Amino acid sequence: MDLQTLTYLVVGATFALYIGIAIWARAQSTGDFYVAGGNVHPIANGMATAADWMSAASFISMAGLIAFNGYGASVFLMGWTGGYVLLAMLLAPYLRKFGKYTVPEFIGERYYSDTARIIAVICLILASVTYVIGQMKGIGVAFSRFLETDYDTGLYVGMAIVFFYAVLGGMKGITYTQIAQYVILIFAYTVPAVFISLHLTGNPLPQLGLGDRLLSDGTYVLDKLDQLLTDLGFAQYTTQRMGNDLNMFFYTLTLMIGTAGLPHVIMRFFTVPTVKDARISAGWALVFIAALYTVAPAVGGMARLNLTNTVQVGPVGDPSGNLNYSERPEWFKKWETTGLLKFEDKNGDGRIQYYNDKNPEFAKKAEQWGWKGSELKVDRDIMVLANPEIAGLPNWVIALVVAGGLAAALSTAAGLLLAIASAVSHDLLKGIFFKDMSERAELRASRIAMSLAVLGAGYLGLNPPDFAAGTVAIAFGLAAASLFPALIMGVFFKHINREGAMWGMIAGMTVTLLYVFQHKGIMFIPGTSFLGDMSPNWFFGISPNAFGAVGAIVNFVVAFLVTKYTSPTPVHIQDLVDDIRIPKGSSSVVKGAH
Amino acid sequence: MTEETNTPTRNDGHWRDTLRLLVTCLAIWFTVSYLFGIILVDVLNQVRIGGYPLGFWFAQQGSIYVFIFLVFCYASRMNKIDRHHDVHEQ
Repeated sequence: MDLQTLTYLVVGATFALYIGIAIWARAQSTGDFYVAGGNVHPIANGMATAADWMSAASFISMAGLIAFNGYGASVFLMGWTGGYVLLAMLLAPYLRKFGKYTVPEFIGERYYSDTARIIAVICLILASVTYVIGQMKGIGVAFSRFLETDYDTGLYVGMAIVFFYAVLGGMKGITYTQIAQYVILIFAYTVPAVFISLHLTGNPLPQLGLGDRLLSDGTYVLDKLDQLLTDLGFAQYTTQRMGNDLNMFFYTLTLMIGTAGLPHVIMRFFTVPTVKDARISAGWALVFIAALYTVAPAVGGMARLNLTNTVQVGPVGDPSGNLNYSERPEWFKKWETTGLLKFEDKNGDGRIQYYNDKNPEFAKKAEQWGWKGSELKVDRDIMVLANPEIAGLPNWVIALVVAGGLAAALSTAAGLLLAIASAVSHDLLKGIFFKDMSERAELRASRIAMSLAVLGAGYLGLNPPDFAAGTVAIAFGLAAASLFPALIMGVFFKHINREGAMWGMIAGMTVTLLYVFQHKGIMFIPGTSFLGDMSPNWFFGISPNAFGAVGAIVNFVVAFLVTKYTSPTPVHIQDLVDDIRIPKGSSSVVKGAH
Repeated sequence: MTEETNTPTRNDGHWRDTLRLLVTCLAIWFTVSYLFGIILVDVLNQVRIGGYPLGFWFAQQGSIYVFIFLVFCYASRMNKIDRHHDVHEQ
């Protein structure tokens, strides 16, 4: 069977599965719709959280980031897992005890203010919408490339699928669909990695394979990588940085607290039956996430090794050391047609020279060999998708990877859309404007809100803002700078009052937005913003993507100062906080809300 | 973690134990990621386990394993603390 038919079959079968689950688990009540009835088993919830969490960025982009940033990409690995430690210890159990549906609802009640709730809704929508644009774009790209349609059609198909199961099923449908999506995406990610690790090192576990010796010449994989790359003028794989160490520090911190502050992730912990389950469920989520995140360094490192070896077939500097363009492999040709892999014969010798021409010392040496600049341009996002082909794996593995990438993008988009819809219908409509809305009307309102969110996200996906690559970072920065501090102070600092929390959120959000926009406006380089050159204008060398943690610090400081000079927290709110801090007396979410 | 409480309630002991556990866990969280993975990475890279330089290993593998271990330890210790102070769920 050819690859195209196989891809149709595998992707079609997975979609039939998702829609079948959505019909089986459709939401009957607002409780079903927002928090899946509040009775999802902690392990199931952990798995759904993992699928919700791991987006197209994790599945498709991360290994590519690691391949080209080496050690520097550790900020993503630590940042996107360490946040769950904060979530499990500082937020999940307490917000579960509080026992309501949404994050703004907690903020509104804890800070006894509808205004605080509205500010939280705005922060939530800003963070979630910027995040969902990236997902829609991922869906569009994945569909169009593999179903051989144009980008717009790909996006419409994706929107229709999300619309169907998210709007119909709500959190209940989404949760059970995400469990299926997790299984598909993790299988699709690890199978090629195991094959490649076996092929290179003979070790079936990719996590160990990266630290093992190569079958070919007995050197360690990482040593080989360091040596190959430095021979070509690149930075040493195991020590190269992203910016300075301070930037690495803040980048990691921003991703961690952004993770713990992203509403679609927090919401997941409202779906388990007890406080005890909320704690353990965060642990399970981390186990399921780690299954992908500990494999990713091996995928990235080995892909870089394979790619370099494909092009640099012999000694560096010797003409025969470079691959003759006419002898390039099949996968190379295939990706050339997408435009994501480009070869330009700058010195006209018919061979591919791939090296770091930005390194002045090495460029001088290269010139003596008759090299006139690096001739290969590789889009880092192709690494995961091209990997099985580079390693010569069978077609069904390639079809599976496509289905996995789509599962990752769809599951995250659905979770984000639900967070947006619940903020609009539950917090704004029911919570503030129409307090006596019936449950049936609210359920209808949330479905309409979600439909509009799907259409809005689709529209933005058709016309993504120019800085699309930076939008995910903005989402994290905003969540880190606005919602995370307000939630932490809500539980751990009883005396922080309404005014403190409100001005803290506003200050944190403003500082972060201004900094991000300022620099994204100045250094406007689409697609390279993650790896942009250090700018002397950056605050202590902290890149805009890493700035959310600074915004969070501003938030905390402003909240403490404002609280000091305004009236103290009322006693009944202090009692509420005391009550949140102990598991005893927790109620079912569904009953507790009505 | 400071807070202003004028009237000590009967759950103060529970909260004190919770915060103590939190501080311990977060100290380990900070050590394996920020300290071993970023600040001291070059020093630790002098040591190797197999093909992995140790600092690099903590940044890309080790910290994640420790995170998992931490969350499960925290969950089980918290259950004991809740029971000890009789504030667990029925």
